[in-house]
Amino acid sequence: MKFAVIVFPGSNCDVDMYHAVKDELGEQVDLVWHDADNLDQYDGILIPGGFSYGDYLRSGAIAHMSVVMNAIKKAAEAGKPVLGVCNGFQILLESGLLPGAMLRNKNLKFICRTVELSVENNKTMFTSSYEKGDKIRVPIAHGEGNYYCDDETLAKLKENNQIVFTYASDVNGSLSDIAGITNEKGNVLGMMPHPERAVDDLLGSADGLKLFQSIVKHWRDSHVVNA
Amino acid sequence: MSLTLEPNAQQIKDEKLYRTMGLTDEEFDKATEIIGRLPNYTETGLFSVMWSEHCSYKNSKPVLRKFPVEGEHVLQGPGEGAGIVDIGDGQAVVFKIESHNHPSAIEPYQGAATGVGGIIRDVFSMGARPVAILNSLRFGELETSRVKYLFEEVVAGIAGYGNCIGIPTVGGEIGFDPSYEGNPLVNAMCVGLIAHEDIQKGQAKGVGNTVMYVGAKTGRDGIHGATFASEELSESSEEKRPAVQVGDPFMEKLLLEACLELINNDALVGIQDMGAAGLTSSSAEMASKSGSGMEMNLDLIPQRETGMTPYEMMLSESQERMLIVVEKGREKEIEDLFAKYDLEAASVGVVTDDKMLRLLHKGEVAAEVPVDALAEDAPVYYKPSAEPQYFRDFQAMELTTPNVTDYKETLVNLLKQPTIASKEWVYDQYDYQVRTNTVVAPGSDAAVIRLRGTNKALAMTTDCNSRYIYLDPKTGGKIAVAEAARNIVCSGAKPLAITDGLNYGSPENPGVFWQLEESADGISEACLALESPVIGGNVSLYNETNGTAIYPTPVIGMVGLIEHTDHITTQSVKQADDLVYVIGDALNEFGGSELQKMTNGGEIFGQAPAIDLTVEKARQDAVLSAIKSGLVQSAHDISEGGFAVALVEKTFGTNLGVNVSLEGEATAVLFAETQSRFVVTVKAENKEAFEAAVQDAKQIGKVTAQPVVSIRVNGEEVVQASVKNLEDAWKGAIPCLLNSEA
Repeated sequence: MKFAVIVFPGSNCDVDMYHAVKDELGEQVDLVWHDADNLDQYDGILIPGGFSYGDYLRSGAIAHMSVVMNAIKKAAEAGKPVLGVCNGFQILLESGLLPGAMLRNKNLKFICRTVELSVENNKTMFTSSYEKGDKIRVPIAHGEGNYYCDDETLAKLKENNQIVFTYASDVNGSLSDIAGITNEKGNVLGMMPHPERAVDDLLGSADGLKLFQSIVKHWRDSHVVNA
Repeated sequence: MSLTLEPNAQQIKDEKLYRTMGLTDEEFDKATEIIGRLPNYTETGLFSVMWSEHCSYKNSKPVLRKFPVEGEHVLQGPGEGAGIVDIGDGQAVVFKIESHNHPSAIEPYQGAATGVGGIIRDVFSMGARPVAILNSLRFGELETSRVKYLFEEVVAGIAGYGNCIGIPTVGGEIGFDPSYEGNPLVNAMCVGLIAHEDIQKGQAKGVGNTVMYVGAKTGRDGIHGATFASEELSESSEEKRPAVQVGDPFMEKLLLEACLELINNDALVGIQDMGAAGLTSSSAEMASKSGSGMEMNLDLIPQRETGMTPYEMMLSESQERMLIVVEKGREKEIEDLFAKYDLEAASVGVVTDDKMLRLLHKGEVAAEVPVDALAEDAPVYYKPSAEPQYFRDFQAMELTTPNVTDYKETLVNLLKQPTIASKEWVYDQYDYQVRTNTVVAPGSDAAVIRLRGTNKALAMTTDCNSRYIYLDPKTGGKIAVAEAARNIVCSGAKPLAITDGLNYGSPENPGVFWQLEESADGISEACLALESPVIGGNVSLYNETNGTAIYPTPVIGMVGLIEHTDHITTQSVKQADDLVYVIGDALNEFGGSELQKMTNGGEIFGQAPAIDLTVEKARQDAVLSAIKSGLVQSAHDISEGGFAVALVEKTFGTNLGVNVSLEGEATAVLFAETQSRFVVTVKAENKEAFEAAVQDAKQIGKVTAQPVVSIRVNGEEVVQASVKNLEDAWKGAIPCLLNSEA
């Protein structure tokens, strides 16, 4: 399986995502600059964290106008897995690939900490290697991760099982403790916690590895069927 | 022409206008003599910034010569952007600490942010990839709204810059003392990694080569920042707010990535950060180091504002800029490289052979000064030094023990002292994990970063107990280095080298100058004894508010090498029934201690704790050797607050407790700050091997499954407390102080 890690000016978790895939998952991966207009050769798209365009104007607001976003939308429509982490999640919200918006953390400060998440839905291509209800330890590092959406959207997210991860206890004020959601089709996941920071026990947790393994498993299963 | 009317050369001399720029009469005369005529306004500005203490070290040079700078692994000592030490396998570690005290006193967010930005540029201008940031901070007591504001904004500024640029802020230390009330200290340290063949130098070689300007545009911010940094703070310092720069971490991230790509291009000849004194220092120093000259056309400098004068452009300290020299004819390659990152690379000048810095502006020569005169010929002052009376008085005092009746309550109160209390409120705001190499996060003795692709890791720390240095600068200087090394050793690393951030009051005061000299002697002695040379650093003098100096604060930033990640050790206890050992006996030493300060209305007095560097070295070697043999489960040095604080800190976050018994005078056993001591835990099965390896170690008890701390002295239980209660006090102290009404 071949992944693209999208690099915007100001991305800073791109290298972490790259190493998680290459070193811990053992799959192919390229760093792809934001002016790429074609991602057809990739089976999965990873939008890393950081401060694209310095978070100026609004987190993700400038990055979502990039050339590469058209190619990302095309990949999403084709059903390929698209994962946006932290700033990547914010970019997906800005681009409309996922519903809702981010507010500043309720304590108005940046928070860096390893937190406990609950796996709310393990029937997605991102979470099939977890059990529903699993408690996993994954780092967060953000200033604007306080997820918000209107009541109607929240009801839809719940009804369609689009809420994939929640914080085990309130961290940043997010609505319904939402930490990660998918689109309706289930192939675009945005999450504030950093699974790519939780792939090696030496650094404190390897609980994020199953997320990447789930993506690969889904890809292999669908391609074996097709073969 | 600019609308600014500049005085002419004769006016500058007659009206002694150079004094407002910080030059003395003698210095102005010397500058006049060097160039053989009266300097014009721009030239006077060039001399004043380059001959400021901040750029020239004119007052501290005689002291800096004391430091041992050589060691078998040192690849680059003081003099370049940052020092470099070999760590094997063709790799090297690059690091430096730098102060940003005065800007932070006036505009704390931007002052701290640009302090971080500046030290990062020093590291990547060497060609190194920055991998970690540490900060050493000092504030007044967290009691007034002003100090709380400074504290909160400095932390926010560090977070704002470091988080955005994506370099983990992994450690450091924070202290609180009334002496820093009006003059906080913000020292930022950056650690980078580099392959030996990629090491760059700030040089301008090759006559005819092109001088290029890259990064952010030049504006009017930070003009005369270096001169401002070389004066005492006073009521009127607020007016100098325009001398504080404004940072843009996004711009620096682009510049960082572009420069690291640039070093792989063989068209690059030299590169230097435009830090203090901006264009002036980078151009003059690069040319001077290479024995060449430089001519720049200031009309070509990318400018953020209109109508800037040569004086303003040369003295601006706008951030996120670099000066580079490239082979003639290859400018286009460089422009294209920077264009990828949406950055401009402007050709602004050429390297010449006449050893002059010549600045053209609107078709005229705006300044023409020998580069060596600016970079090398600053006067050197041998300031008078005198042992102050307070020191003699303190030395003559008898040792006294603070009166303690309730040991448990005293312990809880010590844990609430902000210097000791948990700094989680601070480091929660720092992204300490980005780049996914942080093995030991903030909160242990030293931070640890793994070296990807190897089994090795780096340990890093900053330390300085300035109370000891105030009481006895020489002994305190030794302790600062020894404590840094102890922290490094506790994490499983061998100390490599140090960088020092020397923060003092005004060198015009003979007592302050004596503190500087004595502490430098102490630091030097400890560096030699602990085999850890000085590879660079920074001097910040004039840290005074309305005539009162800060405690002398030479911050020691140390980096150590962990040969195998298996050796990485933290301070926290690991499992029940492990044996608890203390290494080193407590003496009746309370001078400058946290207990003395707490029980004496915030005042300290008497003698700093003694230190024997031979004992220190032997114990550090023994502990490190035991760690490397796999005999140690956890290790923590005993510092502020003494044994009891060190012991209970080991239980925090573990859900375990400790049960120990010691002999001696209870107050000293629990709270004395006697040096060269450690608390470690060891698996029961390793008892004999550990005791053979560390002969000074005394077994005092065990780790318990129940999260309770029980300490007996002479058979009597003096402390019995749940870990939760102690931890709550320790964790809650700083948030509580910040939330209380000023």
